[in-house]
Amino acid sequence: MNLFQFLRPVKSAPVARERLQILLEYERRMVSQSALITVLREEILAVVSRHVTIDPERIHVKIDRGDRGSTLAVDVEIPDRPAAAVRR
Amino acid sequence: MGKVIVVTSGKGGVGKTTSTAALGAAIARTGQNVAVVDFDVGLRNLDLVMGAERRVVFDLINVVQGVAKLPQALIRDKRIETLYLLPASQTRDKDALTEDGVARVIAELRLRFDWVICDSPAGIERGATLAMRYADEAVIVANPEVSSVRDSDRIIGLLDSKTARAERGERVEKHLLITRYDPGRAARGEMLTIEDVLEILSIPLIGIIPESEEVLRASNIGAPITVCGHDSPPARAYNDAARRLAGEALDMMVPGEKKGFFNRLFGRRAA
Repeated sequence: MNLFQFLRPVKSAPVARERLQILLEYERRMVSQSALITVLREEILAVVSRHVTIDPERIHVKIDRGDRGSTLAVDVEIPDRPAAAVRR
Repeated sequence: MGKVIVVTSGKGGVGKTTSTAALGAAIARTGQNVAVVDFDVGLRNLDLVMGAERRVVFDLINVVQGVAKLPQALIRDKRIETLYLLPASQTRDKDALTEDGVARVIAELRLRFDWVICDSPAGIERGATLAMRYADEAVIVANPEVSSVRDSDRIIGLLDSKTARAERGERVEKHLLITRYDPGRAARGEMLTIEDVLEILSIPLIGIIPESEEVLRASNIGAPITVCGHDSPPARAYNDAARRLAGEALDMMVPGEKKGFFNRLFGRRAA
């Protein structure tokens, strides 16, 4: 540490700016992802329910982001009684 | 039909109530009918900032629940006859606000006033979401500081998804109002600049309110800064912001900066 560091004004604003840019990019992605999951979940539920009676609580939708792409995992629990099938 | 504006921020203490009172008074002084509505149930302060705290009889919750009629709860400002306040309840909690009840009150206010300016509570809970629910436009109040900017970003996301307009596929027009700006500190690199905040939030700017002792003086005496601080820098900045809100195209001045540079910048941002 030398004398000149005391004389030079500390510029903290550029640090604030950079931290915000990085953080908000992440948070915006998270928010839009959770909105996407909500929509996917509802639509998948609607499609599956046309054919099979399922418990709306037993459907799980997950997105995993990787470096080279993302995976969408949909887990729907179907009751194993054939009578549960919806007749058309 | 009047226009409904929500003044919101996410973060507390950035100047929502001060800004609601200042913008409301500035617009009302032009002769238009303005109602300012306090949505901060349980922690009301708009009455105090406007100097009407001893005249509150009925409040927003009473009107929502049908205990009082809207005209009984509205308090007419003593200085500007076209300015009215609808106070929040101090003794109830925010759960007493219902979506249908708020919709009814806002619809009635729209019929009676040219402008309905809703002062949102801090946070993103029920009170804040109901304050923005039926808004046509939003004024997002932010300080040039990290936590305020982050919370503003979150609020912008909610305005784009959780409002009645957003659900109908329409837009809530958004305006950024930067308060407590210190041009000296920004120039020295100690505070985010206007350009920084605009670049991060990317919504159009409606005004820059410089940090000033006048703002505290106004709340001390219970008068909107645009009423009692006629020619102070924050009063002038709020008056300009009010004119922009009403649709005027005014040059934007950054305190302590040369005019030309920023006008180019603002022109670009506001497009």
